[in-house]
Amino acid sequence: MQERLKELQQEAIQKVEQSSSLKELNDIRVAYLGKKGPITEVLRGMGKLSPEERPVIGALANEVREAIGATIEAKQKALEEKAVLEKLASESIDVTLPGRPVKVGNHHPLTKIIEEIEDLFIGMGYEIAEGPEVEQDYYNFEALNLPKGHPARDMQDSFYITEEILMRTHTSPVQARTMEKHKGKGPIKIICPGKVYRRDNDDATHSHQFMQIEGLVVGENIRMSDLKGTLEVFAKKMFGQDREIRLRPSFFPFTEPSVEMDISCKMCNGHGCNVCKQTGWIEILGAGMVHPNVLEMAGYDSKKYTGFAFGMGPERIAMLKYGIDDIRHFYTNDVRFLKQFSKTE
Amino acid sequence: MFVSYKWLQEYVDLTGVSAAELAEKITKSGIEVEGVEILNEGIKGVVVGHVLEREQHPNADKLSKCLVDIGEGEPVQIICGAPNVAQGQKVAVAKVGAVLPGNFKIKKAKLRGEESHGMICSLQELGIEGKIVPKEYSEGIFVFPNSAEVGADALELLNRDDEVLELGLTPNRADCLSMLGVAYEVAAILGRKVKLPETSLEPSSEKASDYVKVMVEAVEDNPLYVAKIIKNVKIGPSPLWMQTRLMSAGIRPHNNVVDITNYILLEYGQPLHAFDYDRLGSNEILVRRAKEGEKLVTLDDVERTLTSDHLVITNGKEPVALAGVMGGANSEVTDDTTMVLLEAAYFNGATVRKASKDHGLRSEASARFEKGVDPNRVRAAGDRAAYLMAKYAGGEVLEGGVEFDALTVEPSVVSVTLEKINRVLGTNLEMKDVKEIFDRLQFAVKIEGDMITVTVPTRRWDIKIEEDIIEEVARLYGYDNIPKTLPIGSATPGKLSDYQKRRRIVRQYLEGAGLYQAVTYSLTSEEKASQFAIEKRDTIRLAMPMSEERSVLRLSILPQLLEVLKYNSARQNDSMAVYETGNVFLANGHDVLPEEKEHLAAAITGLWHNHSWQGEKKPVDFFVLKGVLEGLFSKLGLTDRVTYVKAQIDGLHPGRTAEIQLDGEKIGFIGQLHPSVQKDLDLKDTYVFELTLKTVLEAETESLQYEAIPRYPSITRDIALVVNKETESRTLWEIITKAGTPLLKEAYVFDLYEGDKMEEGKKSIAFSLKYVDPERTLTDEEVTKVHERVLEALKEQAGAVLRG
Ligand SMILES: [Zn+2]
Repeated sequence: MQERLKELQQEAIQKVEQSSSLKELNDIRVAYLGKKGPITEVLRGMGKLSPEERPVIGALANEVREAIGATIEAKQKALEEKAVLEKLASESIDVTLPGRPVKVGNHHPLTKIIEEIEDLFIGMGYEIAEGPEVEQDYYNFEALNLPKGHPARDMQDSFYITEEILMRTHTSPVQARTMEKHKGKGPIKIICPGKVYRRDNDDATHSHQFMQIEGLVVGENIRMSDLKGTLEVFAKKMFGQDREIRLRPSFFPFTEPSVEMDISCKMCNGHGCNVCKQTGWIEILGAGMVHPNVLEMAGYDSKKYTGFAFGMGPERIAMLKYGIDDIRHFYTNDVRFLKQFSKTE
Repeated sequence: MFVSYKWLQEYVDLTGVSAAELAEKITKSGIEVEGVEILNEGIKGVVVGHVLEREQHPNADKLSKCLVDIGEGEPVQIICGAPNVAQGQKVAVAKVGAVLPGNFKIKKAKLRGEESHGMICSLQELGIEGKIVPKEYSEGIFVFPNSAEVGADALELLNRDDEVLELGLTPNRADCLSMLGVAYEVAAILGRKVKLPETSLEPSSEKASDYVKVMVEAVEDNPLYVAKIIKNVKIGPSPLWMQTRLMSAGIRPHNNVVDITNYILLEYGQPLHAFDYDRLGSNEILVRRAKEGEKLVTLDDVERTLTSDHLVITNGKEPVALAGVMGGANSEVTDDTTMVLLEAAYFNGATVRKASKDHGLRSEASARFEKGVDPNRVRAAGDRAAYLMAKYAGGEVLEGGVEFDALTVEPSVVSVTLEKINRVLGTNLEMKDVKEIFDRLQFAVKIEGDMITVTVPTRRWDIKIEEDIIEEVARLYGYDNIPKTLPIGSATPGKLSDYQKRRRIVRQYLEGAGLYQAVTYSLTSEEKASQFAIEKRDTIRLAMPMSEERSVLRLSILPQLLEVLKYNSARQNDSMAVYETGNVFLANGHDVLPEEKEHLAAAITGLWHNHSWQGEKKPVDFFVLKGVLEGLFSKLGLTDRVTYVKAQIDGLHPGRTAEIQLDGEKIGFIGQLHPSVQKDLDLKDTYVFELTLKTVLEAETESLQYEAIPRYPSITRDIALVVNKETESRTLWEIITKAGTPLLKEAYVFDLYEGDKMEEGKKSIAFSLKYVDPERTLTDEEVTKVHERVLEALKEQAGAVLRG
């Protein structure tokens, strides 16, 4: 009997080891360890044994059972792992295929530039002021020291609707309106972005509609040196710390003294190239100290209050920053153009 | 203004300052030098040659064979194609080895079998623009005066060894529209002196006043008129140096008298006019406004019809010149002129501008009057011109000028304190620094304590107030030397307004949802302006549009967005999603500002989703765009207040359009573009919306409040209802929501069936209803009770029955 059990053990273990599927293994389990299996059979015949032999055989039978069971167990685990691996292998994918696209749009490049400038100045304590695009001649010109018949009105040929109403030619009327609202009291620190309109034929460098963004600071003791410092902070943040700035005297009817600001050309590092017309400098904005007539007309005592203002064109800035060669791109809205401005810098 | 570097040296010493350095200094102190042109750049080897012999080329009709002495060795043979080449001429010869503009190298050549050792040049070939070359030489070679020395550098004789600074003048610096004005500016920058031109004359025995009487009727238009008489002039070419200076400033030489008036225009900035005295038809000058319909043929041979806005110079009866703009052909100086009446006058800028604008005649002269001339330079300019006519036209200048003078000229006197200068500029200047600046400008100053009083010469009529004085200090002190500071004083919180913040949220949301932002024009055509307008108003039209396409202010954004789709679709981008925020303009009546309202419009077309290799393709539909909109309202906290009401809108699909309402008020629309519109624009199915964004962003919303998450389980009941096809889900939803309160937490459509299995005119719509009580676990019986009530209400109010 002992031999029979050993034989069974050997036979079963051999079969287990040879088995290749979980089903086969289960069949082996049932065949050897089941109620109708040969071990049970052997145990059933134990009645014929002597009382001394019985516990010995019984213990042996259990040993055999456990040994077979353990082998089956181990084999089962191995087979299961194999099955998992096979399943995983069959599930393998080409990870280089493109993902399911998520639709994302983005800001128009002009909005991108304007928000960048707004945020920069908000950080310096400015608020954003807006105003109408259709303006009274008074706010667009007269309140800005451009009385009727002033030769500088020629500089900006305008779209009039009636004699007194026109499409604003700059965002400066927002400054005039804001000052008027403050009723002669400071301080004012505002940024005014918006659309403006001039009687120009649309071509690569002109657009009858374009954006402007202006800034105004009014207070007691606002100095030209403050304008210079502010513009430098702006230019370096917007165009890079390595840019040089240069202020040149200029003329605007609403500022005195007036300033034009150049930044050193990025293309040639100031050595002169086609982009900067060999000068090494690129004109970026106009600015100046608010003209006393403008302050007085808005109700400020120009003896007590001073201010500075500056203005620039987001199109021009975008063109320089991104290397865009034709202003019409901004208003054509070709999706191949628009989608290039999704990247965060 | 073009400024010759060589010419400028007549008035101010430029030793040690190159043209490029001067340009940099001028730019930094206030006048932008837009360019410096080197006139002889890329040209060498051109000398004066003497044409010793000229004969017809044996093999070519239009060529001449010339023997030319070029001042070195034997005379050379040169073949020349110019029609005006002749024996005895002094000409410009590009020798063998010379280089002309465009890197054109002169080599020994054979032309139709004859050797040519060089080229006889026209002025154009030497880089001078054809339109400023004197007429007699414009079709051929240039001929030097006989005094020119053979072998001399021809470019030097032509004053091409010069550089020209192009000044970009702002309207306030019209004083620099003259060489003298520029000289004062440069002298101030360099701290040097100005040398004035020569004007002294031989005395004459005759008086100008014996020859002419001057009267001015329109005193305001013409407060000062000076007439000078020059007798016995001989019309001929002006000296070469004068011609070359005129050309370097972009003016074409004509004859000595005309050239002198132009030369003075450049030198003094004072326009002059020379009349042929004998052709005036009288011996009087009367300046008056023109009569309505009066006619004058101007120098350009165009007959001008005048109005009472125009100022004319007359001979007492008829006009002989349009004042300050152009002379009349009837009194023009010709080759036969022997007596000249020279006009030096001060005309009102606005009057001149009106005339030059009305007649489309902008000239160097009118531009100067328009921008202003120095009233104190009128006589000097006349004297200088008379001096030059005596010298270069052989004339005799009669004693005195005949004047009408009603002009009072007061120099402006401006005071400012040193404290104010430093306060405005942020500098630490001392009085001596400021005084030194005005000394350089040649402005008289008086200093009393902290106060400096400046007497401004009339040549700088732009300086009137304290700030002008401060600007002069700033620019001559140098903007580079002003310190950099930041404003001090009370801190202001920088921030966006709530409206601006929300607008940014809208943009970010829409872009996150897959839409690109577009920016289009506010001006459009009459036809497009009011298409899809949410509010109908009259259109606002420009008084003088540049084109019909951009003549009217828009009442809606959508037509422009559709143009964007059309543009892209025509370029193989037929799937696209765009939005725009911008103002529309609602008329409020004549001379009243329109109401400007910010709108938001969006348009989607083609495929919404395209994951091609997995075969997922979803075209846009109504509910894609509505979903975007619902997400937006949810983001803005307005979900429960927005409703969609079926509507009919021109240009949209009649069955697929809804009006959008906020709190029951119309704020916009959403729908499919009408198939015929889609076809016109060559677009695939396209869905659009437009809203009055202003109303949406200004809607007051409740502050955010946390709501407890239910601790007890909910019970869900699904129902499939059979209703009439026209019954809207919203109606059913409202019935369910009303009848199910307070236990009903949520109800939503989860299925819709309108197929053949339904009875004609019916559809099945299925809702999922979720009941929950925040305080306890609901029992089935409780839910059933409420649910029965819901079903009852549905049956009663909408005839809805449960689908069997
Ligand atoms: Zn450059």
